[in-house]
Amino acid sequence: MTGSAYPGVLGVAAGAVLACAVVTLWRRDLRAVVSVLAFQGIALGVTAAVLAAHARDIGLAATAVLVLAAKGFLIPALLRRIVRRDPGSRETAPLVNVPASLVAAAVLIVVAYLASVKIVALAPGTASSLAPAGVATVLLGFFLAATRRKAVSQIVGLLLIDNGVALTTFLLTAGVPLLVEFGASLDVLLVVVVLRVLATAMRARFGPFDLDQLRELHD
Amino acid sequence: MLIYAILAVPLAAGAVTAVVPWRPWLGWLTAAANGTVLLLGIWLAAGAVHRHPLGALHGVLRADALSAFMVVVIGAIAVLASGQSVRYLSAETGQGRCTARHATLYTALVQVFVSCMLAAVLAANLGVMWVAVEATTIATTFLVGHRRTDAALEASWKYVVICSVGIALAFLGTVLFYFAGLHATGHPAGSLNWTALMAAGHHLDPGVVRLAMGLLVLGYGTKVGLAPMHSWLPDAHSQAPAPVSALMSGVLLTVAFYALLRFKAIADLALGAGYPRALLTVAGLASLLVAASLLLTQRDYKRMLAYHSIEHMGLIALGAAAGSSLAIAAVLLHILGHGLAKGVLFLASGEILLAEGTSEIAKVPALLSRRPVLGGIFGFGLVALLGLPPFSLFVSELNMVRAEFAAGLGWAAAIALACMAVIFAAVMAHGRHLLLGDAPPQGARGVTPRLVAVPLAAGLAACAFLGVSAWPLQPLLQAAARVVVS
Repeated sequence: MTGSAYPGVLGVAAGAVLACAVVTLWRRDLRAVVSVLAFQGIALGVTAAVLAAHARDIGLAATAVLVLAAKGFLIPALLRRIVRRDPGSRETAPLVNVPASLVAAAVLIVVAYLASVKIVALAPGTASSLAPAGVATVLLGFFLAATRRKAVSQIVGLLLIDNGVALTTFLLTAGVPLLVEFGASLDVLLVVVVLRVLATAMRARFGPFDLDQLRELHD
Repeated sequence: MLIYAILAVPLAAGAVTAVVPWRPWLGWLTAAANGTVLLLGIWLAAGAVHRHPLGALHGVLRADALSAFMVVVIGAIAVLASGQSVRYLSAETGQGRCTARHATLYTALVQVFVSCMLAAVLAANLGVMWVAVEATTIATTFLVGHRRTDAALEASWKYVVICSVGIALAFLGTVLFYFAGLHATGHPAGSLNWTALMAAGHHLDPGVVRLAMGLLVLGYGTKVGLAPMHSWLPDAHSQAPAPVSALMSGVLLTVAFYALLRFKAIADLALGAGYPRALLTVAGLASLLVAASLLLTQRDYKRMLAYHSIEHMGLIALGAAAGSSLAIAAVLLHILGHGLAKGVLFLASGEILLAEGTSEIAKVPALLSRRPVLGGIFGFGLVALLGLPPFSLFVSELNMVRAEFAAGLGWAAAIALACMAVIFAAVMAHGRHLLLGDAPPQGARGVTPRLVAVPLAAGLAACAFLGVSAWPLQPLLQAAARVVVS
């Protein structure tokens, strides 16, 4: 992709990744949260595709396809199967309530922009100036994983962190080498599979549960 | 060829165990494969001291003296652990807690786990190293939860979630190094390779490297078990089957630390020694304080050992913070000594659990009089871990403290010594009850099988031998330290 549309399209795609992260903090219905995560995966794939088209980079185009398939479809499908079996899958009592979470999100986004000043300064450009959106997504994922009590929410938090890292990678370095990207995607996929097996086993044992009911192990 | 063989042998053994229905001889097969890794590692190390580093797979894999040393450490503890796995699995299947299918899964996953650690230390590409370290988390999850109790399930959940979050931060740090490298060299080829980043070290942007190094210490620090991201460790190490705990505590923690050593070498060039030193000092001291404050109140001997690992990782971080070649050589000797002693202790704790049926310290008194061999091994293991002579941890701790004073970190060494004194007192109190105590009149007595006693005693003997005379290792330790000290 060349010409004047490129900065705009790239900005919308990268911005959509961050916006999805904020929406996951806002919605309590876990089915909606998983759909938002799927949309975020698609936005991430589109970001990579736009960058690949602009730079005419075959490796990055392959990465874009990989990301779109894994994060846009495969991983959300795995999560959807956990959520579907649990009709009352709502985040009823997060440790931090929704309005406060959104305020925290605003603060975290500012922090991300401040922390990324040095990164953007090293290579000023359209793509790298959007990198703080990736860092902000990482921080929001951290926040989600730390303050939510459903197993699925923690998995979503983990995936937000991962998507944020991927967005930063695409915007700063046009993607890591394909071998590493492939390995990293496979690892993430396997982690989700493992967590799904664990979540299913825990529900079979404890019934519908919040994670703070896990109290067997403490000092 | 040697590098391929080291990676292929344990994987091949794992593949055999995955397809053949489980029998005890399959366990011995994996032990033999891991023993082969140890021998190949020694061969690799003997070559790496003098020759140039070996490369393989178009520069994706590389073995210098530091990698070779880590291969030896992994091989040594893997032999001990896979030998004892046979006993663990036979006992579990005998008591009907474990089916043949679960035994197959266990044996195959242990081999995958060992191979991933080997791949991590043999990777030249820092991205591949990250993939391998993350893969260890996946391979070990089901191993931690292998007993399938409530507590084991909870421990494996915490383990995966916390370690995956940590390791994702480490990936961001790795990417930022790549970004800085791209900018310094101007071409993407090989910018994720450690050697390329070392060559470009002085030209990397300090601002970006500073942020990256912070993320890496936090991220890989999670897998090392450094405070404040240590909270998964006591749960996972106490719930996992003993041979898995031995592997995780003895080598997995230090494999993650190896990754930090590699990045620290680059950051030292880009930033000077001050910033990485400050990060590692803070993380090390925080870990020591956590370990000292929580060891006092432990009631479970496996958790006691787990907190002890946090202490030792803190000591290693402080040693690496000092950063001189004396310090790094001592850190590496400590990695080996801690691996052997902690591996033996976890394996012995598995044997105690098997014999006594509980992991509470209060319910297992007077082991020395009831089970003299097992109690003796546990006792000598504790002596080794507390850093008393003749074991190698005494020598390495002494040298680390010397190096810290020489590097102007005397104040940190003093705090560390105070923490170690508290830990010494706490472990002595727990150990006294466990080993001496008052033997209950109806307390069970037993003989420890030779297949358990001989390998564990050999592990401790090796640790003591290295403490008395480190000559076989000295050239290797120095060559390995030269790799990361500029």
